[in-house]
Amino acid sequence: MSFNEEGPPTTSEMLQRVVVARGQVEDVVIVPVLAVALALVLGGITMLLTGVDVPRIGAAFSALFSGSFGSISALSETLTAATPVTLTALGIALGFRAGLFNIGAEGQMMLGGMAAVAVGFSFPGLPIFIHLPLALLVGALVGAAWAAIAGWLKAATGAHEVITTIMLNLIATQLTGYLLRNPPIQKPGRHDPISQSVLDSAMLPKLLTWLDPNLRLNAGYIIVLLMVALVYWLLFRTTLGFEFRASGLNPFAARYAGMRSGLIIVVVMAISGALAGLAGGVQVLGVLGRASPGFTGGGGFNGIAVALLGRSHPVGVLLAGILFGALEAGGRQMQVSAGVRIDLIAIIQSLIIAFVAAPLLMRAAFPWAFQKKAAVTR
Amino acid sequence: MEIELRGITKRFGAVTANSDVNLTIRPGEILGLLGENGAGKSTLMNVLSGLYRPDAGEILIDGKPVNFRDAKDAIHAGIGMVHQHFMLVPVFTVAENVVLGVEPTGRFDHLDLAAARRQVSDISGQHGLSVDPNAIIEEMPVGLQQRVEIIKVLFRSAEVIIFDEPTAVLTPQEVTEFFVIIRSLRDAGKALVFITHKLGEVLEVADRISVLRGGKVVGEGDPKTATDADLAEMMVGRSVRFAVNKRAVNTGAALLEVRDMKVLNERDEITVDGVSFEVRAGEVVGIAGVQGNGQTELVEAITGLRPALTGAVSFLGHDVTGASSRTRHRLGMAHVPEDRQKSGMVTDFTVAENAVLDSYYEKRFSSGVTMRWPAVNAEAAKIVDDFDVRTASIFSLGDHLSGGNQQKLVVGRELSRDIKLMVASQPTRGVDVGSIEYIHDRLIAARDSGVGVLIVSTELDEIMSLADRILVMFRGRIVASFTSETANVKDIGLAMAGVAA
Repeated sequence: MSFNEEGPPTTSEMLQRVVVARGQVEDVVIVPVLAVALALVLGGITMLLTGVDVPRIGAAFSALFSGSFGSISALSETLTAATPVTLTALGIALGFRAGLFNIGAEGQMMLGGMAAVAVGFSFPGLPIFIHLPLALLVGALVGAAWAAIAGWLKAATGAHEVITTIMLNLIATQLTGYLLRNPPIQKPGRHDPISQSVLDSAMLPKLLTWLDPNLRLNAGYIIVLLMVALVYWLLFRTTLGFEFRASGLNPFAARYAGMRSGLIIVVVMAISGALAGLAGGVQVLGVLGRASPGFTGGGGFNGIAVALLGRSHPVGVLLAGILFGALEAGGRQMQVSAGVRIDLIAIIQSLIIAFVAAPLLMRAAFPWAFQKKAAVTR
Repeated sequence: MEIELRGITKRFGAVTANSDVNLTIRPGEILGLLGENGAGKSTLMNVLSGLYRPDAGEILIDGKPVNFRDAKDAIHAGIGMVHQHFMLVPVFTVAENVVLGVEPTGRFDHLDLAAARRQVSDISGQHGLSVDPNAIIEEMPVGLQQRVEIIKVLFRSAEVIIFDEPTAVLTPQEVTEFFVIIRSLRDAGKALVFITHKLGEVLEVADRISVLRGGKVVGEGDPKTATDADLAEMMVGRSVRFAVNKRAVNTGAALLEVRDMKVLNERDEITVDGVSFEVRAGEVVGIAGVQGNGQTELVEAITGLRPALTGAVSFLGHDVTGASSRTRHRLGMAHVPEDRQKSGMVTDFTVAENAVLDSYYEKRFSSGVTMRWPAVNAEAAKIVDDFDVRTASIFSLGDHLSGGNQQKLVVGRELSRDIKLMVASQPTRGVDVGSIEYIHDRLIAARDSGVGVLIVSTELDEIMSLADRILVMFRGRIVASFTSETANVKDIGLAMAGVAA
């Protein structure tokens, strides 16, 4: 409220980075960490209330950890599970930064995956260094095109992207079901909805088979790391990212500054969709080898959660993706060795998101972890 | 009823908004409360009207300590507040608005509007307010709406009335009428607090003056002996110069020509109705007018943010009527928008990012694909230096700057390019006295270097001190024009009120 009386700082002082404010640390670190801790505790209470005895709860948590980080194989499963969800979350986070809520990552991932499968089984004889990138690229482009529809509808007509992407999700689901039951996608001789198998020349190479042939971690995670770097570069190093962030934080100021909001909306949606389409491609080309109903594993929806938890920052998304991958991998182990159903994991994931989305709740629950907030006065 | 604030301290987290404030409000007296934005005036009055509870100190009414739990307690105690932004239902009548919340009711809870109208007429008559109880609020001029707010607090039997920046929305004539009213209230024995940052007004009407700075009472003044300069120095903490030093006008070629322009607002109403004027190199043209007479839409049409319905804008000889704001920006048009937080800056961006908000695309700051952050940072540091923006670092968030420093950053950004025309809308709204002086000097310096300057302001003082030519806008038209020689407050005020001069 009062002026800084020590006189103006010099130019060189001015150019030094400021120490990260306590409030930012709270928002970026403390809230997510407490949310995860609280969700795990409530998960334990849920088990207790549903009649799981205390030793088995202990065993469940121990399995949750050993199944996610306890061994090379557990780590491999964690990162494999993290791969698609991190990619969709990157796209969704990019949308958040630009003020767009891309609920449609699920549909974009689905169609991207279908396109990647189609390319993947179609061109026998192509060398892997052409076939694999081509399949991934087509998957990303189809995802981009699908998302751009919602972007264009918003830019041209003002239709809200949440509504249009939900509708596009429904269409994508039905379209996928239809394609899987009909030639040329359907596997010849089968009557259930399942696609032809991707040729080896389009499969992402496994990374750790030299250690153990059963380790599923594949080159998809390298793509994840590349995309994290790419999205970071895009957001914080390019003029396009500057426009995205300005539009997201203050669309009036973006317009004042001469940025073309309609174009930005379409481009953001397209890039977001490309990442979701890539997620679908990586899932079918890295793990599944074919497509069947539900092959996305809800990656588009979990991506929303990961983007929120990662605070829409590429590095945050990377870490949140690993957490979600760990919960999934550990959850399977928990089901096997402690007999606790994997549904508990969905409960824990949902609680984490609820807590992250409600920072005020976290403040009320853990007042000692936060600074007292100054009321805003004018 | 005499009110004493004793040792009032109010903190918000680490910020102390009021620190050990002592203040006495006496019946039959007008207390002028002066202070810049953020000096703690509003917090103090919110404590008095029961909205905030002080962390330390007490409020005494006629010597007895009182404890307000909420605003209702304060109203019951006879403390009323007339807010800067009126709290009236536009489609209701005066009487309906006045009784809202405390409606007189007859048998079976029947709403007794006749009684309400009678009471409103009585109050209006007693204080010479001449307000018709049956008038609809949205059809009344702002000055009359303010009187309805006054009737509202009198109806609730207020003995102490706090006016928060009451003259900000009034024409000069309405201000004069307001002074008559506030004096009559004083003579009727009410205790009055007049919050403002306008020195002239407080000197004219107040009986006592208290000055707040940094949450503390830093001085008291007697309006009979105090001068503008004394008070300003107390407010700002250093001496302030009022008159803008200006060289004689030396105009060149016409830069901006607006021809017969009509512009629609959001509700598709013609808000700018056939406006023509030009701005030449090296002159300051000021557009005066009460807020809401089409100035916002006119500026947006000139800067390319809003399409013109008819008419033409030409800039440097190019027809830019349909051109984008980016095109105009490239040609050398600068724009300080009227609401810096809404559109002039991104408050969650750093100072550096805000420093290139609309010029990031230039070769200096980007390669076309990637940003040249070192160049951006250097530019930001230069603007911060040149325009005296008080910030800890160029990486601080825009949000962490005070209003005056945000505005200096915006003005600095716009003046730091090679520009031909500066369109500045409300360039000093909500800005502290020290920064106003600075911004005015820089605008005049730009004019002296041959830039054409168009200033749109509802502050007549600002227009009078800066402009070489003054145009007055009323209901979308330019109804009068003056040169700096012919300009006088009375004629401009009449034109602002729509009375043909």
